[in-house]
Amino acid sequence: MENMTETIRLVPLEHYIILSLIIFSIGAMGVLLRRNMIVVFMSIELMLNAVNLLAVAFSSFRGDAAGQVFVFFVMVVAAAEVALGLAIMMMIFRNIRSIDINQLNQLKW
Amino acid sequence: MKYGILDDLIAFLTFGSIFEKRTTNEYLTCMEQIIFYALAFVAIAFSALTVGSRNAMYSVLYLIVTFFAMAGFYLLLSAEFVAIVHIIVYAGAIMVLFLFTVMMLNLNAPLLLPRALLVRLLAVIAGGSFALVLIAALGKAAHFAPVALGASQAVGTVNVLGKMLFNEFLLPFELTSVLFIATMVGVVVLTKKEE
Repeated sequence: MENMTETIRLVPLEHYIILSLIIFSIGAMGVLLRRNMIVVFMSIELMLNAVNLLAVAFSSFRGDAAGQVFVFFVMVVAAAEVALGLAIMMMIFRNIRSIDINQLNQLKW
Repeated sequence: MKYGILDDLIAFLTFGSIFEKRTTNEYLTCMEQIIFYALAFVAIAFSALTVGSRNAMYSVLYLIVTFFAMAGFYLLLSAEFVAIVHIIVYAGAIMVLFLFTVMMLNLNAPLLLPRALLVRLLAVIAGGSFALVLIAALGKAAHFAPVALGASQAVGTVNVLGKMLFNEFLLPFELTSVLFIATMVGVVVLTKKEE
């Protein structure tokens, strides 16, 4: 546990920020890029993970545990979101036999 | 003080110049750095593969690798509890849900046509400029020195987090259980076949 401050000195906070910005942008790119609804969902998971990493990095560098509790809540909400989203996806697939988001541009099937 | 975000970006892209080290002793002293940049490379490469892969099945598997790299970062930041919960929740529960859905839908390739080239190009440009804007905005952020903690004040342990969760964050914690019940009922109602 004494290594912690050493670790923090070796890898600056800015590098953690840059890393999570890059992963967040890759996730945003995926949402714009893909038509498969499942892959769009996975891109959203990537973005949530980038935010989690940033929160944990800030929490460790500031010595404040609140950031890590927030990460815990983000994970909970992400799990609920995925369960509901995949259920909705199954229902949509049952109705239109496709999960292409371009076919969902009308409210009436 | 000549310390800008550009220097940070260059240092990040050159892996913190760990390749300039020569002797074994020098490598041993910067072990955390080596682990960080290796994990960063894995995380970025596999998240790009997740987004770029044509087969949804491979996307799921690449995403699992990305999640394990994330857990490595949490361990490096000495947030052990978050790392364990992350592995259990993401790699254990969420990815199993994704895998089951991909297998159940059993999508074949011609069902999903890729987007037009122009749209794909625009998406990549938009994502790239988004990253650029965020990193440029980081240059204006204030720098602060990390708070040095002794061995007795470790932040990421179950003890500290549990006390915080059940004192300051008790109400949100209880509300998440309401959220989960709503989710459970919703999922059962949604996926039930109509008679």
